[in-house]
Amino acid sequence: MTTEGLERVEISVNGSTPAPAQRLLVVLPALNEQESVAKVIGEIRAGRPDAHILVVDDGSTDRTAERADAAGALVMRLPFNLGVGGAMRAAYRYAHEAGFTSVVQVDADGQHDPREIEHLLAVRDTDVVIGARFAGRGSYVVKGPRRWAMRLLSFVLSRILGVALADPTSGFRLVHERALALFAEHYPEEYLGDTVESLVIAHRAGLSVAQVPVVMRARETGVASTNPIRSAVYLVRVVVAVGLALVRRRPESEHR
Amino acid sequence: MPDLRLTIFSVVVAVAALVLVVELLRRRRLREKYAVIWVVISIGTLVVAIFPSLLRGIAGAIGIQTPSNLLFFGSLLVLFAVSLQLSREVGLLEEQSRRLAEEVGALRLRVDALEKKNASDAKPVAEPVVTPAEVEQRS
Repeated sequence: MTTEGLERVEISVNGSTPAPAQRLLVVLPALNEQESVAKVIGEIRAGRPDAHILVVDDGSTDRTAERADAAGALVMRLPFNLGVGGAMRAAYRYAHEAGFTSVVQVDADGQHDPREIEHLLAVRDTDVVIGARFAGRGSYVVKGPRRWAMRLLSFVLSRILGVALADPTSGFRLVHERALALFAEHYPEEYLGDTVESLVIAHRAGLSVAQVPVVMRARETGVASTNPIRSAVYLVRVVVAVGLALVRRRPESEHR
Repeated sequence: MPDLRLTIFSVVVAVAALVLVVELLRRRRLREKYAVIWVVISIGTLVVAIFPSLLRGIAGAIGIQTPSNLLFFGSLLVLFAVSLQLSREVGLLEEQSRRLAEEVGALRLRVDALEKKNASDAKPVAEPVVTPAEVEQRS
């Protein structure tokens, strides 16, 4: 989609447009996170009062959208569930068209500590900054096949991208202008595509990727899957996702 | 020579398939791009049913001992091609509906923002395109 001929709707929360130097949008893809979304928004607010917050309500059936709206965030309501990849593509496109220069993705379940956003923003001259677990800080532990899968993924992607990536599936990431323009158009929505394949796409487009160690909090709501069969399936899907990312041609714009 | 009963049975099945496809097309239930392959298959089946020697000839020419195996092989290939095409179409449709959903989300956000802006400007909202009176008249 081109922005030509489209009126740009400048959205401002407090009646003022953000300073042109730092137009940061914090995006929270949320699916049924009514318990935690308002709290996370409050924490982001407290840490960065200048940032705009967009909650992408990915087809929630609870009161996520209402609570996010009441907490003062912009809310994009998707008509049905698209998955994190689809939600983020919509958010990136929106951010790109509304003139934001940086987008940071934060989980709405409170797993990511909004105070860590500063650490991501501190990295200069990098297009994609990933907040990584297992990179020194924090005490996040994963065991069994899921751990092997993550190790494998980390090893393979680090080799492909030429950068050490301890936690490529982290959904805590900051994207700057050039990567934002790319992702607004091409963001894989398949399982693991939003985390894994997007990095390969960015790398192939000549963008730089870096990681920053972050501390993850325990999930406030929901349970992590530790079932060994699920972990094995996850391992297989990781292999498929990496394989596909490698053999796929650069995405073509056939829809616009 | 093959049994006449077999020939009659094959012809009846082939003609029934052909009639079904044509009827679906006529009722606009089947789009032309999917219909062509089914019409071709139906006609092919009809031809083979009427002239089984054709099948035997082709099987012999490419080295297949039992002519019916050629039939099975051919059917498998065709079904594979059709289901692959359908998978591709489904993927395309899914991608399109995803894009639409994303656009809808973005548009809703814009509408919400515009409405808030209008409300906070404390100006009367722009003259509605359709006035309530008109709505009543129409209903």
